[in-house]
Amino acid sequence: MTDAAVHAVDPDQEGRVRLSGRQICKSFGSAQVLFDVSIDLHAGEVHALLGENGAGKSTLVKILSGYHQPTSGELILDQAPVQFADSEVGEGHGVILIHQELNLAEQLTVEENIFLGREIKRGWFLDKATMRAQAQELLDQLQCDVDPRARIRDLAVSDRQMVEIAKALSKKADILILDEPTAVLTGREVEILFDQIRRLREQGVAILYISHKLDEIKAIADRVTVLRDGRHITTETVAELEKDDMARLMVGRDIKQMFPDRVPDHSAEIVLSVRDVSVDGQVRDASFDLRRGEVLGFAGIVGAGRTALMEAIIGLRERSSGRIERNGEPVKINSLQDAKKCGIAYLTKDRKGSGLLLNMDMRPNLTLLALEKFGRVFIDRKAEETALETAIEAFDIRAADRKSKVGDFSGGNQQKLLLAKVMETDPDIVIIDEPTRGIDIGTKSEIYHFIGDLTDRGKSVILLSSEMPEMLGLSDRIAVMAGGRITGILMGDGRNEHEIMRHATGISGKQGASVHE
Amino acid sequence: MSSVERNEAPTKKTSGGFSIDFKALGPFLALVGLFVLGTAINDAFLSGGNLSNIFTRAAFIGIIAVGATFVITAGGIDLSVGSMAAFISGAMIVVMNGLVETLGAGVETVLLGVVLSVILGIGAGAINGLVSTKGKIEAFIVTLGTMGIYRSLVTYMADGGTLSLDFDIRGVYRPIYYGDILGIPIPVLVFFAVAVAGYVLLNMTPFGRKCFAIGSNEQVARYSAIHVDRIKTLTYVIQGLCVSIATIIYVPRLGSASSSTGVLWELEAIAAVIIGGTMLKGGYGRIWGTVVGAIMLTTIGNILNLTDAISNYLNGAVQGLIIIVAVFLQRGDWRRKKSK
Repeated sequence: MTDAAVHAVDPDQEGRVRLSGRQICKSFGSAQVLFDVSIDLHAGEVHALLGENGAGKSTLVKILSGYHQPTSGELILDQAPVQFADSEVGEGHGVILIHQELNLAEQLTVEENIFLGREIKRGWFLDKATMRAQAQELLDQLQCDVDPRARIRDLAVSDRQMVEIAKALSKKADILILDEPTAVLTGREVEILFDQIRRLREQGVAILYISHKLDEIKAIADRVTVLRDGRHITTETVAELEKDDMARLMVGRDIKQMFPDRVPDHSAEIVLSVRDVSVDGQVRDASFDLRRGEVLGFAGIVGAGRTALMEAIIGLRERSSGRIERNGEPVKINSLQDAKKCGIAYLTKDRKGSGLLLNMDMRPNLTLLALEKFGRVFIDRKAEETALETAIEAFDIRAADRKSKVGDFSGGNQQKLLLAKVMETDPDIVIIDEPTRGIDIGTKSEIYHFIGDLTDRGKSVILLSSEMPEMLGLSDRIAVMAGGRITGILMGDGRNEHEIMRHATGISGKQGASVHE
Repeated sequence: MSSVERNEAPTKKTSGGFSIDFKALGPFLALVGLFVLGTAINDAFLSGGNLSNIFTRAAFIGIIAVGATFVITAGGIDLSVGSMAAFISGAMIVVMNGLVETLGAGVETVLLGVVLSVILGIGAGAINGLVSTKGKIEAFIVTLGTMGIYRSLVTYMADGGTLSLDFDIRGVYRPIYYGDILGIPIPVLVFFAVAVAGYVLLNMTPFGRKCFAIGSNEQVARYSAIHVDRIKTLTYVIQGLCVSIATIIYVPRLGSASSSTGVLWELEAIAAVIIGGTMLKGGYGRIWGTVVGAIMLTTIGNILNLTDAISNYLNGAVQGLIIIVAVFLQRGDWRRKKSK
């Protein structure tokens, strides 16, 4: 993150309110999610919108951009009341929302996506050359080295995000709304994105930036509006707020302890040994041990092979070589079913794509992985209901209605449900991939404490995360991967950001597993 | 962290405050409507003979459609069922005729024919399932292929003509279609039994739950330690078994099979499933809806037979219209737009 050089609000631009929401209320059915929220977006200003999951951020921006209609209240664009009947009308006025979930046609190419619905034509035919040139220009601006002819399905998630931003830029957005754009970006990509946001700000674009990452808001935003439980809490200049203040305003209380206390026991028995595991083209000769009651972190940049290694261990990916031992005994794990029998569970980072059945309610989701526990011939619904009751209590899942589909849940509640689902199998080893992606700070802390509780009960956890604070705050030891190899396993004081980055970029410990004390 | 006010997840209600659940009751209401219409058109509609006729005819498509409900719920499709029924009919007739010389035209011969039918149905279903899962080919393509194969096999067996069941066996076999227990035709009883078994399997067992899971998101199912290929293959086996049961009842009706046997049954079966509220893209299935769907399709044909207002030749057009309207009503989009 660059120095939080707060952009001084230019006196000329002050008062240049482009888009305002006035006393916006919104209800879905009987549930009201926004209560009299007002917000002003100024030209040449980055306005951050901060709030926990379920605070109403996404609903508010969908109203500002025409995806939803407010139940009451009004929008004012350049001093005149407007109504955006749908998002197309909003875009026609230059208001563009980049969604949290990317909206790209997977089978089409980058350039086709950028110009989707607004294809440049020459006569009756598509002017492909012009579109390609313009697409290339936009991608160059973003310092993104994706080929305009590449298909979206072949791109990494971070590249897809850049394509989405290029698409918005091509629409000449002068009021740009970004809904948690950095959730899937790496540090370098975040920097590039911020450079682009600053450049757009210089050009007088009004930007609304949604996030719950306080660092980012400090780095990029001029003003911040905090929402909590659908209500406007405050709007202030970012320079006047400390991160702690923002966290308190957002959560509505002090977060005393973000992470659980940990007393690592480096002599506990080894429950899992991974030896020389390789996956073609992705992982080479990875070896490590996991101890009882331990949190072993796996750090590395995107593409370092962490997820591939874990999927190889649990049988979701083919191993080209390597052995796995549980409690000193060699085991054969060739499928997720085998892994389950060995007491190993895996929490995917893609909770919407691989974790939960979004069109179903909580009960079938909770029991899906451990279905045989609920009856071999007939499913015992009562037992399922009891399990759900217990899980809601244990993992503090807050759902308005038990029958609502999990796709409508906030990210935090989905993650808690996913954790509960995996714990139904009562595993000894839990591999957790990105446990808090897109989750607010209050829920994050809860999930950290759940992980702490697991290890207190003698379970072992492998944690994959690209968030440095949680990696450092939770892990007893940290294995760092680079280019498919484990370049080091850091312990004690060796666990710091500097050492992790040195190993993750391959500066240190290139070969084998060097141990840093 | 108890001092916090609970912030409840906002739930996006897809429907407004309407109390009638069209999704669940729609097919039943439509069927009631059709019966009212039928009675208004002709008093003979509600006669015992006519009703028993409707249900007996609905049994073929209905039994096949129960199997199709499993396939579609698990995100698959089977286009081969009509051809499969024709092929199994043909094979049954050829084998039973052949057995007359050695075993005579008795119950044993019919039983062997029935066993053959079940083996062929399960085998054909397993082929559809295994080729599409292990070969990683879309089920649409695989079953389009087998549809052509089974159809041409029956044409080949009949040498382009018609295969006729031995006259003596017909006498023994006849009650399976024309017989009744306590006044209820046997096909209707079999249909009911298949539907009950299908309902229990789909809604009350782990297998059924896994079908739902695979149909809603195969990736999630895979990450939930479900043997996706095995379950999907089993849905095609169930489909094959249902086709075989339908065929066992069908053969004594006409006692013959030809290249035109079972033509378009696959589309009627799929239509019955979709009218019943099962989602074509998978993830949600309803056996009772399917049963109602099959009865509705037959009822439409029956009503057209009883009236001169619309030509019987337009049966297909009316069915097509009903399918589209049924799906439109189930979507509920029309109501959401209004409430906006």
